[in-house]
Amino acid sequence: MDAKVQYLLRLGDNALVLSQRLSELCGKGPALEEDMALTNVALDLLGQARLWLTHAGELEGRGRDEDALAYLRDAHDFHNVLLVEQPNGNYAHTLVRQFYFDAWHYFQVGALAQSADVRIAEIAAKSLKEITYHLRRSGDLVVRLGDGTALSHEYTQTAADELWMYTGEAFQYDAIDEQMAAAGIAPPAATLRAQWLAHVGDIFAEATLAMPSPDAWMQKGGKTGRHSEHLGYLLAEMQFLQRAYPGAAW
Amino acid sequence: MTVMPAELDQAAVWAWLADVADPEIPVISVVDLGIVRAVEVAHDSVTVTLTPTYSGCPATHVIEAAVREALQAHVEDVRIVTRLSPAWTTDWLSDEGRRKLQGYGIAPPAQQVIDISALRGGLAAAVSRRAGIGPTAVPCPHCGSTHTELTSQFGSTPCKALYRCRACREPFDYFKCH
Repeated sequence: MDAKVQYLLRLGDNALVLSQRLSELCGKGPALEEDMALTNVALDLLGQARLWLTHAGELEGRGRDEDALAYLRDAHDFHNVLLVEQPNGNYAHTLVRQFYFDAWHYFQVGALAQSADVRIAEIAAKSLKEITYHLRRSGDLVVRLGDGTALSHEYTQTAADELWMYTGEAFQYDAIDEQMAAAGIAPPAATLRAQWLAHVGDIFAEATLAMPSPDAWMQKGGKTGRHSEHLGYLLAEMQFLQRAYPGAAW
Repeated sequence: MTVMPAELDQAAVWAWLADVADPEIPVISVVDLGIVRAVEVAHDSVTVTLTPTYSGCPATHVIEAAVREALQAHVEDVRIVTRLSPAWTTDWLSDEGRRKLQGYGIAPPAQQVIDISALRGGLAAAVSRRAGIGPTAVPCPHCGSTHTELTSQFGSTPCKALYRCRACREPFDYFKCH
């Protein structure tokens, strides 16, 4: 498969899988405001996933549209990072996962908005406005919970530590990422990682949270289709209807 | 009724579009919202270029269908083109649209959007925790007081945030800057 198509699938799958995870909280958020925020973020991500997957399908040229790509691929054909498929856990997990992702997404898509590929740059510029808002919100809440009560601090620190090993994969470039970076489409890994570490460091300092070691051992595999056990369950729920009733429509 | 091609001009099409209401906020039209970017008239067809507000906004398809329906009352061949770039911004809301929002109980965007041109100033500045929550006051659409506070960064639709007025105690929607 063409490297650009693979790269677009990674972008689309990250947004799609996280959107699905956040949608699980619809009607179950810990507070009304959070319920609305999480589902609005899910909606933004779903819209972005549609743009990326549609473009991937067009470039691939095998007649697969956004729906075919979302509903008719199995777990090993998904290219999202492991971070986004992790379960919602307690609210600190949901929030810290979001913050780690938003910060990376923001700098990545910010660079893509300046991409040499015109269509990628257009989708990125559109998405970046939404992602900026997401990151402001999740960063703000990490500070409030981290620098909140003893209990909220403890939960947030634990979530930050537990999810840390899933943050490295985004910066471990393989041949596909390198090819995109060399073509001026994607940002270089080192730049992206430095920006991410600096922003997470700033927010954690303000949140009185201890930053885990950047040199810690990191999980990987999602980008090439080797996922944690959680993705299969997520897809089973998301894809059931289209699998059981192919072509079902409103 | 289908008009003769000779009568079909841009001004007429814009006027028809000014009657197409936003499905979420029916007091403003798609023209007020600033999502109609271009109208092209050729012989007996009309091409309307729309720019979506938010990537995932569920109203996007409803708006397309409404635009098509409104124009097909006059012209048979209606083409709708979706254009992403430049990305929609609340700076494109018309003054008329802002007044209508206010009258409807939704506070219009309180400031000009710095937009992604801020990229040149560095990505980090845009996500400072205080960016966009700064000193700009959002006046209450009910009583006009600026003694208001943000209760949630997201409201009932992706384009709105929730505020409450500390003077008249009413909650209200704020059409956030984007």
